[in-house]
Amino acid sequence: MFVYVIRRLLTAIPTLFVIVTLAFFLIRIAPGGPFNQERGLSPEIKANLEAQFGLGDPLWLQYVNYLKNLLHGNFGPSYNLPDFTVTELFAKGLPISIQLGFSALALALFIGGILGIVAALNQNKAGDYSVIALATAGSTIPTFVIAPVIQLLFGLTWKLLPIGGWGDGALINKIGPILTLSLPQIAIVARLMRGSMIESLRSNHIRTARALGLSDWSVVVKHALRGAVLPIVSYAGPAAAALLTGSIIVETIFAIPGVGRYFVDAALNRDYTLVMGTVVVIALFTIAFNLIVDILYAFFDPRVRYD
Amino acid sequence: MAGETILSVKDLRVRFRTLDGAVEAVKGINLHVDAGETVAVVGESGSGKSQTMMAAMSLLASNGEATGAVDYRGKNLLTLGKSELNKVRGRKISMIFQEPMTSLDPLYTIGNQLMEPIRRHRGLDAKAARAEALRLLELVKIPDPERRLKSYPHEMSGGQRQRVMIAMALANDPDILIADEPTTALDVTIQAQILMLLAELQRKLGMAIVFITHDLGIVRRFADRVYVMRSGEVVEEGKADELFANPQHDYTKMLLAAEPTGRKAAPPDNAPILLDGRNVEVEFKIGGGFLAGPPMLLKAVDHISVALKRGQTIGIVGESGSGKSTLGRALLRLLPSEGSIHFGGQDLSKADKSEMRPLRRELQLVFQDPFGSLSPRMTVGQIITEGLLVHEPSLSGKERDARAVEALREVGLDPAARNRYPHEFSGGQRQRIAIARAMILKPKVVVLDEPTSALDRSVQKQIVELLRKLQADHDLSYLFISHDLAVVRAMSDYIIVMKQGKIVEEGPTEAIFGDPRETYTKTLMAAAIDETKFRQSA
Amino acid sequence: MTDTAITAPVVGRSLWGDAWARLKANKAAMFSLFYLIAMSVVCIVGPYFVPHQYTTIYADYVRTPPSFSAYPKPEMIETAMNDAVRRMRVDVKEWRQEDERVFITVTSAKPLDARNIRYLDRSDTFDNAKLESTSADGLSAVMSATIKQQYFFFGTDNTGRDLLSRTLMAGRISLAIGLLAGIVAVVIGVVYGATAGFMGGKTDEVMMRIVDVLYSLPFIFFVIMLVVFFGRNFVLMFLAVGAVLWLDMARIVRGQALSIRRQEYVQAAEALGVRSRGIVQRHVIPNLLGPVVIYMTLLVPQVIILESFLSFLGLGVQEPMTSWGVLISAGAKNIGTANWLLLFPAFFLVSTLFALNFIGDGLRDALDPKDR
Repeated sequence: MFVYVIRRLLTAIPTLFVIVTLAFFLIRIAPGGPFNQERGLSPEIKANLEAQFGLGDPLWLQYVNYLKNLLHGNFGPSYNLPDFTVTELFAKGLPISIQLGFSALALALFIGGILGIVAALNQNKAGDYSVIALATAGSTIPTFVIAPVIQLLFGLTWKLLPIGGWGDGALINKIGPILTLSLPQIAIVARLMRGSMIESLRSNHIRTARALGLSDWSVVVKHALRGAVLPIVSYAGPAAAALLTGSIIVETIFAIPGVGRYFVDAALNRDYTLVMGTVVVIALFTIAFNLIVDILYAFFDPRVRYD
Repeated sequence: MAGETILSVKDLRVRFRTLDGAVEAVKGINLHVDAGETVAVVGESGSGKSQTMMAAMSLLASNGEATGAVDYRGKNLLTLGKSELNKVRGRKISMIFQEPMTSLDPLYTIGNQLMEPIRRHRGLDAKAARAEALRLLELVKIPDPERRLKSYPHEMSGGQRQRVMIAMALANDPDILIADEPTTALDVTIQAQILMLLAELQRKLGMAIVFITHDLGIVRRFADRVYVMRSGEVVEEGKADELFANPQHDYTKMLLAAEPTGRKAAPPDNAPILLDGRNVEVEFKIGGGFLAGPPMLLKAVDHISVALKRGQTIGIVGESGSGKSTLGRALLRLLPSEGSIHFGGQDLSKADKSEMRPLRRELQLVFQDPFGSLSPRMTVGQIITEGLLVHEPSLSGKERDARAVEALREVGLDPAARNRYPHEFSGGQRQRIAIARAMILKPKVVVLDEPTSALDRSVQKQIVELLRKLQADHDLSYLFISHDLAVVRAMSDYIIVMKQGKIVEEGPTEAIFGDPRETYTKTLMAAAIDETKFRQSA
Repeated sequence: MTDTAITAPVVGRSLWGDAWARLKANKAAMFSLFYLIAMSVVCIVGPYFVPHQYTTIYADYVRTPPSFSAYPKPEMIETAMNDAVRRMRVDVKEWRQEDERVFITVTSAKPLDARNIRYLDRSDTFDNAKLESTSADGLSAVMSATIKQQYFFFGTDNTGRDLLSRTLMAGRISLAIGLLAGIVAVVIGVVYGATAGFMGGKTDEVMMRIVDVLYSLPFIFFVIMLVVFFGRNFVLMFLAVGAVLWLDMARIVRGQALSIRRQEYVQAAEALGVRSRGIVQRHVIPNLLGPVVIYMTLLVPQVIILESFLSFLGLGVQEPMTSWGVLISAGAKNIGTANWLLLFPAFFLVSTLFALNFIGDGLRDALDPKDR
């Protein structure tokens, strides 16, 4: 197992390298540059700035320099927010995004899981149909509709929650964003859980457990549920990576100072270092969570062996 | 030998709600089981024999519903509450199933799964339950039981898993063991071992056994009493000896006569050799790849020579994994192989795809699975005339249609069938369609890969007769691949016995059946043919 | 027990026929199908029947709430009249309303210019302005004008444009992008996936490796890069969206192609000597069609969401052209003052997405009944 983890971490390096390389050159091919849009920059100042950040160097040299810095954990300065380094920006925004993403994921796994199990145990009955209806609604209505509707209802009509803002992390400010983030996830988890639980309950070894006169608790929880969580585990990995690195929509609508908006703004402003930083962070999260999923898999399923 | 009646099924009906309306799988049947006896419930697929017992154990699928009564010592199991029911299930009545590979929970150790019903029903502590589990594994003769307690199901073979299932079922010393086709999914030699074990355990422990089976061989060897079921009804019941000696109902008579009979005479000695394979060898690569190191090589067919004469049928016999299907495909050049293959004097070993194409019409193949081998989106007419598009492209649509009509008549199907789709036909009819697809090209050699294995006995017999008739009419040569010795015996005049890619023994059919020389052949024969063995040991 | 006698109708029922029958029995899917057809017709034809252009700005009607009765409301007439009269640089002495017309008596320090009545005509509220009479000294006059009856069933937006016509135009764009980008994604995905599935071996491995790498890149990164490259152009935009969403399709098709290739009926065709082309034509394509159709109906809503998402971020369709995403974005910014700007487009978008999902689910159940 240990050897496996080491090997997986080693194979992650070329993957990361490919992603960084691809992203670096892709964004450089795009027309425009970080200092083109800024009004009132005289050509001299622009040239100065570009020289300062080494943007006049040949592309391959910039690439090599970037890789060197990256190896030392240095993401470089942000071109558009000149007072901050990319590292500082992430240190500020990432904890906020992680807080929201993690709460939403935990909520989704818990509520979605329970809903899915309830639906599976009551297949084709009222309980099942209401969970299906909820899951369909949750996975069909896009976030950019849910978020303003939550603002409209809870913020404006009933005045229970603030319309937006971070409020230095006050709980009441987090409820709206977490709700918005988790609703679609609840829907997906509930749907997955229902499907895999139904399949698990239909399997032959469940029939065996019933024929042996085992209690319902043992049949459902010990035998059916353990097999049924496997698809949830493999879904939760990539979902966690996506949620923890911030949501553009939710952070925009609720005015949350997380990292979700960095990427879009940076790409539009050709803030090369910030774009690259975002790509690297997202890739790292994705790789890490895929590894966690595989380790959890081995824990849940003895048939999976890594050696 | 029979004691008091402990289980009685009265007017049991089982209904399933489906998209096409309600389907009645069991239509008001009565049967009973006495203490210590062996009862067989016999029927072909769809007879409702399994659903009867599933209903008795409250194991019906969620869209199923049972009415009537199933009385176990005065309690109606159908109306019993869940907790009361669970005092009977697994303790007084237990059940083993057809699918040994999937009937154990893959996520828990054998020990864990064995101890669970023991602790639940007898309230033993973990230590005592473990000792009990160990005793049970010894009882079902699992080697190295200490180590096996810590094994997971996927680390065991099918036969061993079925033994574990039996151990679990017998853990609480039940009155009745229901065995639902317990050996169908296993190889013949393993089947025999499991049946012997059940007979021995019954003698030791004295429980009643209810055998659900389609296999009359098992019934004859094993059962005291027999119920014959057909489309949800019991058509005949009685003592096994009497029923076999003097069947009353037509259906029973038909079932008893369903064992393929007749023998095939060998072709004349001077018949020309049509297909001649020398030292044929097929290797498969297993695993391997970018980071996984070099692949493992498996010799599926290991230096085998076959010479098929005109009008001859060579039966190739072996258990799963013996390489018999691979050999059949290699001889038709559908798989790459080493060694030489000649067809009518022409060397096929080096022939590539386009050189093989004109020969394909003479060398045909019929598959085991009549459901998978017909394209579901084509009509039967399109399916059977597809070969004509390749080999007789000059035919007009009308001429092809005429040939389709002729081919369907030849295999005993209504020509109207050609406008319909495969899913509208039964298994036996589909196999006829597959045979028509091969025959329309008027081939010389046909490889029959387990063509009867997926079919009920009564249908098997019809297909065997059809194949023999076609052979006689067209002077065909068959390579008949099967694990079913009864069918092989009725079809072939020469037999090759294979094990792990090698020939174990070969010779004329009567010689092999009459006087097998090799131990493996003897085991195979004993397992399949010797009908008296169990009676004697019991 | 002989199974040879078939006294059956001459024409069998194909799997497609079965699937259609099952789909027809599925009420949710059929209702959704009709709803979707109705929605498409309304979005395509509707704008010709709505009396307002989606670009026309009614300065008098900024953020007017939706109403079934005609505008202007009584209290709005005076405001609009005062606006117009102020532009004439004259004063209102008195005014009265008679049926459909208003009569205004105005006075001024300087002699009145008869052309001044055009200010009334220019207002969105009045029409057919006439100079009824002028006093002898030319310092006061009576003007009259018809009150223009306007209907804004969905209200108007921030700049006074009719939301109904905008929502319908947006529907055209969103549905068109959904369909076109869906087709682009399906074509790329099917070609790529089928090639990988059929070539097999090393080619397959390399092609799927590429897909894996593309998967692990942040998805939004691609879209934004493509939008940056292609510029914010409507036609190129659906190409960009389609080019991103083909990954799933490629995987599905490859998996299906691989499994069909392993089916015994394909082996049987090979044993008959059928050429690769015949196998692909007669066996692979018909069996591949089902999953592709199902996936396509599930892909279209994804595309619509993605387009709306981009438009929401300001990266998609540009003003004055509009899409549901653009409208919802504007609505989200104005929920405090004009919630109908959010609610109407959101209802159109969400109900369309629901309909598409129900059709997709219905098709899946119909074509692949094992899943139930």
